[in-house]
Amino acid sequence: MIKICTAEFKPYQELEAYQVQQKNKLAGKQGAANIFVGTMRDFNAGEEVQGMTLEHYPVMTEKQLEKIVSEAKEQWSLLDTLVIHRVGDVFPDDVLVLVVVWSVHRGAAFDACRFIMEALKSRAPFWKQEILKDGSRRWVDKNTDGYVQSV
Amino acid sequence: MSIKVRYFASLKELVGHDRDDCEFVTGMTVLNVWHKLMPEKTIPANVLAAINMEYVSLESVLTDADELAFFPPVTGG
Repeated sequence: MIKICTAEFKPYQELEAYQVQQKNKLAGKQGAANIFVGTMRDFNAGEEVQGMTLEHYPVMTEKQLEKIVSEAKEQWSLLDTLVIHRVGDVFPDDVLVLVVVWSVHRGAAFDACRFIMEALKSRAPFWKQEILKDGSRRWVDKNTDGYVQSV
Repeated sequence: MSIKVRYFASLKELVGHDRDDCEFVTGMTVLNVWHKLMPEKTIPANVLAAINMEYVSLESVLTDADELAFFPPVTGG
């Protein structure tokens, strides 16, 4: 399932509710679930950040996410996936994204979850505009490379 | 042909509005449309374009009733 959320969401509650709903698909079959939760920080690029607005391109966002999930399902044997992304006004510690991948064995769950997340970062049309400590706003001009170790 | 053009994020601020509805002769590329609509603005080097919500290159040719979008590199997640 793919969901765009305009209000705050609780990732672990969403995950639990979805697992219950998909019981027939997952119960007795799932050997692995890999979970990625992305959360807003209160700093970025050397500045304190007090809030952020997440803009998106409705419909294209869902289309691109569907495409990314289909590519993952072609590459790995997956039982199910759940992708939830927040849009609108967000604040530090708000969850921005949840990606969950269920599979029979751990390898597929680990690798497909990473693939979905990295593809989302480079292809799903979302844009962040940060509100700095002094109230000024700035667009985040690019995402960091998820494969490069950062501090 | 009539096409709808949409702008997002910093591109929307650069252009000054979020959409244009236009009439053009057939055979226009994405880049032609940009130059036609914004002759005084250089297209940003990192701009991304989509036709009907699929990524395309600036050389892609538009057809009637297409929705073209211009936006900066995406920063979700």
